[in-house]
Amino acid sequence: MSTLLDIQDLAINFKTRSGDVHAVDGVSFQLEAGKVLGIAGESGCGKTTTALSIPRLLPSNARLVRGHILFDGVDLMQFSEGEIEKIRWKQISMVFQGAMNALNPVKTIGAQIIEPIVWHEPAIARGDANQRVLELLERVGIPAARARSYPHEFSGGMRQRVMIAMALACRPKLIISDEPVTALDVMIQAQILNLLKDLQKQMNLAMIFISHDLSVIAESCDEIAIMYAGKLVERGSIRKVFSQPAHPYTQALIRSFPNIYGKQELIHGIPGYPPNLIHPPTGCRFHERCDRCIDICAQSEPVLREVGEGQIAACHRIGETLP
Amino acid sequence: MNATAVPASRPPNLWVQVWEIPLGRAGIILLGIVLVLSLVGPVVFPFNPKDITSTAADILQPPSSMHWLGTDELGRDVFRETLVGARLSLLVGLLATAISITLGSIIGLLAGYYRGAVGITLMRVTDFFLVLPLLPLIIILAAIFGQSFSITIMVIGLTSWPSTARIVRSQVISLRERQFIERIRSLGATDLRVIAVHILPNVLPLIYANTVLVIAGSILSEATLAFLGLGDPVRVSWGTMLHFGFVAGAAGRGAWWYLLPPGLGIVLVVLGFTLAGHTLDQLLNPRLREF
Repeated sequence: MSTLLDIQDLAINFKTRSGDVHAVDGVSFQLEAGKVLGIAGESGCGKTTTALSIPRLLPSNARLVRGHILFDGVDLMQFSEGEIEKIRWKQISMVFQGAMNALNPVKTIGAQIIEPIVWHEPAIARGDANQRVLELLERVGIPAARARSYPHEFSGGMRQRVMIAMALACRPKLIISDEPVTALDVMIQAQILNLLKDLQKQMNLAMIFISHDLSVIAESCDEIAIMYAGKLVERGSIRKVFSQPAHPYTQALIRSFPNIYGKQELIHGIPGYPPNLIHPPTGCRFHERCDRCIDICAQSEPVLREVGEGQIAACHRIGETLP
Repeated sequence: MNATAVPASRPPNLWVQVWEIPLGRAGIILLGIVLVLSLVGPVVFPFNPKDITSTAADILQPPSSMHWLGTDELGRDVFRETLVGARLSLLVGLLATAISITLGSIIGLLAGYYRGAVGITLMRVTDFFLVLPLLPLIIILAAIFGQSFSITIMVIGLTSWPSTARIVRSQVISLRERQFIERIRSLGATDLRVIAVHILPNVLPLIYANTVLVIAGSILSEATLAFLGLGDPVRVSWGTMLHFGFVAGAAGRGAWWYLLPPGLGIVLVVLGFTLAGHTLDQLLNPRLREF
């Protein structure tokens, strides 16, 4: 398997009136072609910022402080706006949360799915493009006859299918799904997740899957990256991270979701709030909320180290015997 | 794309919806009557403005079997004159509205889409026109540029666009932030394409409803200008009829048949457009929607 995406030491700031927000600080990870990486963490931890920096879709007040994003061996950071536009939707496409807002209410869904196709392949014959739209719709489980329907004529799940069809329109190598099922009810969530999984396997797509819902990630990803306050705190295979979480934050996150297989117990929340990222805390960014915090945690920042096969975590107390 | 009919019931045609609301229906009926009369009337009852009497006996005569609505101060048939006058009043109203709506929509779209200097400048210009006392301005402009049919249209068109611009802008501001606009921009679409292809269709209903209301205002403005003697003196409109009737002392001489038809015509047309326009606005303006 070849590395499709290689993010190295990515750091992104947002300029605001009250100061620079260090939204992402030194995040690195790799993604192989055909694999699915889930990024989890609570709101504001930098997961969306990390993912949207790849196709360069961040708001205008975002600044890249340092780092490289290698896609297929090429550094996307060196690209001009025009060059990155050639990559967006064609090589890297997106599925957003809330499909109602991502569709133009006064245009038919067919007319919207066809847009990236004719934009990226100007030479394509109109008939061929139309044909591809119909195939895409069938592929995501929408009857081709409904290409002429408007977004309001679809349910939430169907609209998300339309968005998926659009993301697949130019046969990309990487799809970034930002909370793709968050606004849907659990039944539809399961359907959409299955659809994404099937399509990903059939088309050998690489996928970055952002969610705050660990169960969604557990179900659909090969690897998981846990972020906290702009830092990557743990990364590894789904099986490893869920069975032997190394970082206290990961452990707390897993404990805060109900487990229907284990013994019944109360769900444990994580006390406190995520830190202010204008003035991030010294040392480990999680130390203020961590129940295993010792003196060194507030002073020096832990580095990511290997804790198991293909699993890394950043915590000073790794290696000590767990209580 | 070979799409078959969608089973979901589409909302009926917009004008059908207007028709179903009593006030809207009244407006449509009024407009229908006036339109038919102004189009067909002068063909059946032709009016010759040069058909001026040579005998004083024909001047300002009350209605009779010969002249259904009497005669004017030049001995011409008021009934026929009113029918012809409707054409000019409607034409000026429609053409001035075309200018006004085009200008207002473009400025509204640009002011809403571009934040910063462009948007702010455009809005300050709009505010300036919005607070200008309209009548004195129109009088001055008409006095400077002269009295002709096209000048009247220009003057009305160039002074009535700010309300449209404001309404369109407020809607564009909310549309601009929607995710689908961001998605289209991520494709590399130009600003012009985003505005014309994706934003304009979304504000079109609003523009549509506004158009009907602006027509009413434009007709009224034309009548006002013409009544004050600033209209085109060689063409007959309802406003010029009122003007010449007033100058000829029709009111003092009790010649109601000269002033009533054009006055009533203006009232009915403006009422018709206003009723239809308000009903349309209620159906299309998201701010007025009750659900």
